[in-house]
Amino acid sequence: MKLKSHLLPEFIVERIESRCNKCGVCVKQCPWEVYRWNEDGTDIIIDYTKCVGCQRCVVYCPNKALIVKPYEGSYRPNAYWTKEVIMDIKKQAEQGGVILTGTGNDKPYKVYFDHIVLNASQVTNPSIDPLREPMELRTFIGRKPDHLEVEFDEGDYIIKTEIPPNLVIETPIMFAGMSYGAISYNAFLALAMAAKEFGTLFCTGEGGLPKDMREEYGSCAIVQCASGRFGVDPEYLNCAAAIEIKIGQGAKPGIGGHLPGEKVTEKISETRMIPEGTDALSPAPHHDIYSIEDLAMLIYALKEATNYEKPVFVKIAAVHNVAAIASGIVRAGADAVVIDGFRGGTGASPKIIRDHVGIPIELAIASVDQRLREEGIRHKCSIIASGGIRNSADVVKAIALGADAVYIGTAALIAMGCTMCQKCYTGKCAWGICTQDPELSKRLNPKIAAKRLVNLLRGWSLEIKEMLGGMGINAIESLRGNREHLRGIGLEEWELRVLGIKGAGE
Amino acid sequence: MIRDDKEFSACGLFGVMDRSGRRFNGEMAIRALKNMSVRGNGLGAGFAVYGLYKDFKEYYCLHVMIQNKDLDVKKKVDGFLAKNFDVVYDEEIPVNENSKTVDPPMFWRYFVHPKSHGENISDDDYVIKNVMYINTKIKDAYVISSGKNMGVFKGVGFPEDIADFFMIEEYKGYIWIAHTRFPTNTPGWWGGAHPFCILDWTVVHNGEISSYGTNKRYLEMFGYYCTLKTDTEVMAYIFDLLMRRQRLPIEVVAKILAPPMWDQIDLMDEKKRRFYTALRMVYSPLLVNGPWTVIVAHHGEMFGLTDRIRLRPITAGEKGDLLFLSSEESAIRAVCPDLDRVWTPHGGEPVVGRLSSGALKRVVR
Repeated sequence: MKLKSHLLPEFIVERIESRCNKCGVCVKQCPWEVYRWNEDGTDIIIDYTKCVGCQRCVVYCPNKALIVKPYEGSYRPNAYWTKEVIMDIKKQAEQGGVILTGTGNDKPYKVYFDHIVLNASQVTNPSIDPLREPMELRTFIGRKPDHLEVEFDEGDYIIKTEIPPNLVIETPIMFAGMSYGAISYNAFLALAMAAKEFGTLFCTGEGGLPKDMREEYGSCAIVQCASGRFGVDPEYLNCAAAIEIKIGQGAKPGIGGHLPGEKVTEKISETRMIPEGTDALSPAPHHDIYSIEDLAMLIYALKEATNYEKPVFVKIAAVHNVAAIASGIVRAGADAVVIDGFRGGTGASPKIIRDHVGIPIELAIASVDQRLREEGIRHKCSIIASGGIRNSADVVKAIALGADAVYIGTAALIAMGCTMCQKCYTGKCAWGICTQDPELSKRLNPKIAAKRLVNLLRGWSLEIKEMLGGMGINAIESLRGNREHLRGIGLEEWELRVLGIKGAGE
Repeated sequence: MIRDDKEFSACGLFGVMDRSGRRFNGEMAIRALKNMSVRGNGLGAGFAVYGLYKDFKEYYCLHVMIQNKDLDVKKKVDGFLAKNFDVVYDEEIPVNENSKTVDPPMFWRYFVHPKSHGENISDDDYVIKNVMYINTKIKDAYVISSGKNMGVFKGVGFPEDIADFFMIEEYKGYIWIAHTRFPTNTPGWWGGAHPFCILDWTVVHNGEISSYGTNKRYLEMFGYYCTLKTDTEVMAYIFDLLMRRQRLPIEVVAKILAPPMWDQIDLMDEKKRRFYTALRMVYSPLLVNGPWTVIVAHHGEMFGLTDRIRLRPITAGEKGDLLFLSSEESAIRAVCPDLDRVWTPHGGEPVVGRLSSGALKRVVR
């Protein structure tokens, strides 16, 4: 029995009639069927109840005739039973299921980044002008020995110590795991192209790496080995720069993944090594990892399979005991730990999980970094902060709290065109990013999208250099874990303690 | 305690070494610092002397500063030392009560030998561990000097006043390093004056380390805790970690603290590029950023070094066996007008003076 929907519209579409010349671009651009021609093709009818607010029509309307804005009509104002709460209940009453959503946690939890301010030099040490002086962002990801032995030989010093494999990136920003399948081939390719051009890395997510990309982009790919083991074979592992074991994801800690069969096209089926049209289910846990010693076995199995030439990352969601978990991961042999905070994005997650599970990345980074130092093993791995990095200041703060580098996912998608409409799970992304519909995905030109990504990396890198120079620092490594350059504003005593920073003015 | 929250900066450094091992008094060091009076503001000065205690040269000499001349604190120190060391001799460091210093603490020196400790660590590391204990756990007691056959004398005042207080001219050594201070972000207190010392390593420093938090937290992993409220302390610990414990030569250590730029490294030949890349990768937490110049000494060696883009000055001079290092050429000229050679080293290029191995044996064994 189909129930009458009690839901209110989410957006309203206004058309400035004097500007609209009925060209029909909106009809073509909107995959949500908000617009349709009337029967005799003389007018365009708008059904705004279907609008998700992706703004595709607004941007592409050649006459700038459209305005899409949140639907203002609402229930009696109530600070507790908000419109969102009421709507969610109604949705479930109508459908009896789990509410799905996309992107990251959008709730108004405290944003610690916005309660931390940075330092700058005055008088006693000079600020350094990045336009005149070298300003270095080169970063190494991987395990480091605790000391080097050197030998003097024929006028040169030679390092005798064997150094584990490390990756070099030219800016401390990498692209987070977003699988081919979750995102379109063009979006996936754009990330690879941008990473290669800028000298950084992209992570494949758990959807494998298409064979035709391996030769050109393998050297800047972090290939994921997740609970579904999609696309994992020796060639996949060996073509890459690094391997990432994905245990958890910030947007849905404790939850697996599900790529519906209709998205498993021929190419995705080949890349993931599953039959075309079948659901790709990633279990919540790895069924061969029920303990830390099992993780160690997988880490070393992957190292064996790649002749100990590739760093192995382990990615976990930031949860309550993240510091102890990270310590175990480092001791299990990981070369880098990726911590994904609760603002991290997703293509599809139960909304209730996305909004209520996990902890903020700022607190997680601070406590992991501190714990690894207390145990004297901080140098044995790199820490990669992931989940909700919005701008270059967030990058700087994450590094000063203790990260070696950051992953960006959502910000990269936004650079390509994403407007955070949260409908990734529907497969109808109007911007051609989070879809396998060939008509939609061809909207995204990989070259142009890569250009936008490179521009973003360049812009952020320039800003990071400005901030570093202001602090009197000319190499990013002198910022790492350097909490002296951070101060908190509007934070409680316990928050300052966990972050390991002083309050402003102290 | 004098608290100075103002942000000023200009410190004066001076070091002189007789590379033949001949000992001489502190007159040159005092005169050189006086010549740089604008580089200090009377809130800190100090001297380190090598070859000082030749009658006790096989024993560690701990100079302990007791805040407020508190005898209860001293008792705790006595008890702690008696438990962990054989104290062969101790005395209050003689001072001139008529000097111009204000409210000085008490200074006591102990000549000690580690008790057989059964711990699987060297005597040096045992001493460091116990020094760290006193500095962090016994309130108001600070070990300001802990090497063999050397000592540090420092406090709040102009250099000539501190020299007068400790009667520096009575002492003789083959290396003198000295410092006059213009405190920046840390309070002007007696323990915060330079030189900083751990075992026989001493450091005088001019500058402000912008990588302080990074350096400090890395050192903590190796058991070094910064307690003296100044960023210079990290320098002393870095040199101890890299040169004594890890046995890296200063030529390599200089490239850890002040590495070449990646732009330069990328243009080097394969062998050099690999070396510098490995060095920067592994030791990145010990890159010392910001403006600084240091003069460092330990038995047999004195060297000077500036930051990678030379934001603070250093000048070197030579006259026969004497090697001079200073913030200013004028200070060197003031004590030795006719130098054989005088030069300004590049950022990250160490100037090193060494004793011959024969002379070194006479000093330490």
